[in-house]
Amino acid sequence: MSRPGRDDSPDRLYTLTQGRSRSAPDAPFDLVTLVVAESGPTPGMQSELAAILRMCELPTAVVEIAAELRLPVSITRILLSDLLDAGRISARHPRAAAGHSLPDPDILEQVLVGLRNL
Amino acid sequence: MDSAISDATAERRDAALSATADNGLKIVVVGGFGVGKTTLVRSVSEIRPLNTEETMTQAGRGIDETGGLDGLRAKTSTTVAFDFGRITLDAHNVLYLFGAPGQERFWFLWDRLFSGTLGAVVLVDPRRIEDSWYAIDRLEHHGTPFIVARNDFGGSAHTAAQLREALDLDPGVPLVDCDARSRESSKNVLIALVEHLKTLYAAQETAK
Repeated sequence: MSRPGRDDSPDRLYTLTQGRSRSAPDAPFDLVTLVVAESGPTPGMQSELAAILRMCELPTAVVEIAAELRLPVSITRILLSDLLDAGRISARHPRAAAGHSLPDPDILEQVLVGLRNL
Repeated sequence: MDSAISDATAERRDAALSATADNGLKIVVVGGFGVGKTTLVRSVSEIRPLNTEETMTQAGRGIDETGGLDGLRAKTSTTVAFDFGRITLDAHNVLYLFGAPGQERFWFLWDRLFSGTLGAVVLVDPRRIEDSWYAIDRLEHHGTPFIVARNDFGGSAHTAAQLREALDLDPGVPLVDCDARSRESSKNVLIALVEHLKTLYAAQETAK
């Protein structure tokens, strides 16, 4: 399987993000933030942005979007930041505690129940 | 009409999450090359495992938006590919399972990719125990809770006690056997991890 990003020249990635190599430092997009489109693609829209909006009619994780677009996660995050700023998507961020603290026992119990039901 | 593309699109639609899904969770499976990470992910995933990658320039933390293309080209970049699968737990919770390589460069990206992860499974090939040392060291360094799962390739020469000793494993870290090809066995590995997290949480509360 070809690897996303690897076969792309830096020029393509550069063009996609208008030269930015990372999103804002406070970029809220986790790998598993679920993205939902708030509007459909518009004519003339950058094709990657249009693809994201089509993909996210139902909630779709950032990492799934990156895999589908065959783009590195960091580039995907930049595109998502643009869409979020434009109000075209909403983001459902993970509730699990960030950093090193242990997750809420209620969440753990929900995970256990879900796994046992597999 | 490109049928390959439309098939892929149809497949993705079939695999779409419910509109109510609103909480993504992460578990990372770490292990050496060929130990069976992707096999384990595939065994329990509701989607065919996907592959993506992250890149980071070595001086990445210092690049600002004015760095531009010259800045990008001047840096050496680190690229790490990883597999992932997905398990819908209920109407709200979706668990993503990541199969991640244990090699050194991967750990530069740990915080960026896996902060907030529930915990990790170190998948061990009993014939190549030494492949796991670094991963265990790094998980301890990052303070990420983990369990060790020995992927049984048929007749391990070591007892559990010998493996623990070879891995220099803390007595509090669970060691389980598994067959990554089996859905039931892989599911039990994940359950063992979450049970371990509950135990850690209870101990933390008691200590307060």
